[in-house]
Amino acid sequence: MTTLRGKVAIVGAADTEVGIVPNIGATDLCVRAALSAMRDAGINKDQIDGLITCDSMAEPIMYHAEAIAEYLQIFPRYCMSVGTGGGTTFSIMHHAASAIATGMADTILIAMADSLRSGLTREQAMLMQSSTGHPQFEQPYGPTVPAYYALIGQAHAAKYGTTAEHLASVAVACRKHAALNPTAQMREPITVEDVITSRMIADPLHLLDCSLVSDGGSAVILTSAERAKDFAQRPVYMLGVGEGHGHEHISQAQSLTTSAAVESGQRAYQMAGLTAADMDFAQLYDCFTPTVIVELEDLGFCAKGEGGPFAASGAIELGGSLPINTHGGMLSHCHPGNPGSMFALTESVFQLRGSVAPERQVKGAEVAMVHAQGGIMSSHTSLILGNEVN
Amino acid sequence: MEKILPPINAISQPYWDGCQQGVLRVQRCITCGHLQLYPRIFCTQCAGEDLDWIDVSGKGTIASYTVVTRGISKAYSAPYVVSLIDLDEGPRMMSSIVDSDGTGLEVGMSVEVAFEPWSETIMMPVFKLL
Repeated sequence: MTTLRGKVAIVGAADTEVGIVPNIGATDLCVRAALSAMRDAGINKDQIDGLITCDSMAEPIMYHAEAIAEYLQIFPRYCMSVGTGGGTTFSIMHHAASAIATGMADTILIAMADSLRSGLTREQAMLMQSSTGHPQFEQPYGPTVPAYYALIGQAHAAKYGTTAEHLASVAVACRKHAALNPTAQMREPITVEDVITSRMIADPLHLLDCSLVSDGGSAVILTSAERAKDFAQRPVYMLGVGEGHGHEHISQAQSLTTSAAVESGQRAYQMAGLTAADMDFAQLYDCFTPTVIVELEDLGFCAKGEGGPFAASGAIELGGSLPINTHGGMLSHCHPGNPGSMFALTESVFQLRGSVAPERQVKGAEVAMVHAQGGIMSSHTSLILGNEVN
Repeated sequence: MEKILPPINAISQPYWDGCQQGVLRVQRCITCGHLQLYPRIFCTQCAGEDLDWIDVSGKGTIASYTVVTRGISKAYSAPYVVSLIDLDEGPRMMSSIVDSDGTGLEVGMSVEVAFEPWSETIMMPVFKLL
């Protein structure tokens, strides 16, 4: 079996303005992201022969990728849209890499955007996202999205003694990084005290344990490692990728406290020939603070059950042993729904190019873990990116 | 505004019929005896397709819970408790704990099923502390 290790590289990456971005719909925002990524890569639209998009909640389109191709007036030979976010967003990186390796396409644009903040009412956004629950056996009980994740947080607290302060330290680290990022939606520094005294949403999750509701779009361009050398930017290579899929509904999860990030991580590390200790930074999916604690453990950055103390030690802050979510994460940078994890990907590209502002740049960064999950800790994809293929 | 009512189908009908009669049921594989919830058209353990239903005790323990303080809609008056319950017979299910505002709740506590009328045709299985 051929390996995808080092076979493809990200040669273009860009975000739109994020946060509250009124007066532009999700479709236009997706195209804006796409155009910006092409500009970053130094190519024109005719050089794109593959397109992957993610459907929007605010402006749903049945044939989303086809609609974006039509809007751009490009005529790809590989075109696909996905309907969900989180881990799915990164699993399409897996698909795109495979498509390039097998010759289905040479240069693939991955673009997505949504307007959860300006395009939907608060109630609509909440109901649409909570529809991830089982229609008969979960949804009637009224779990909100924070409630689903609170079940994980509570179980982790009961089993390992994870405290509200441990969870809060994740939000504090993300905000600290967002404060250094002019594009982030929330930049005012916060303390652990601020988090644990913010309004309770679903015990043990306070308001500041929850990610933002945002507008925004993001895009990357992928091509083969050989072709990547001809592009304007320093290529960022995919060294490893792995997926793990444990369940869809939280009531069916095999474990509330250990996730399929174990499998996705192992698969990615094995492909890359690297371990957690090799990672210079990590972008971990932070829709709610407990997910980061579980991912730190399941991806091997600390022992099982030690995620809380590890986060609270400061290790996850810039300057620590494993800075995470260096752009501010979905807790503080932005979270426009399905595209949420894309911003962790583009940030990783910028970090590995060494093009981030000095105060936010991870010094000497060469390899990174970029992980996302979707559903309720359901589907996981781990990417290992690096700026060299050794 | 109404609460979210379960869209019952042919496979799940016996479950909801049981709730109407005041009994909690789970699906049983006739071939291997595996118990499962939610109901499916096959047994996830042995892949057998001969399934029936058994009444369970309605007793279980709290696997996890949360107190929702910002409700999903006006039909749900916060605070309310959403919980995952491990039934004594094995299967895990989501439900509410209706006689608690969350104070003093802990993972591992014992609970027992009760039924609440949510519509003319739906009795919802909910739980109370034992």
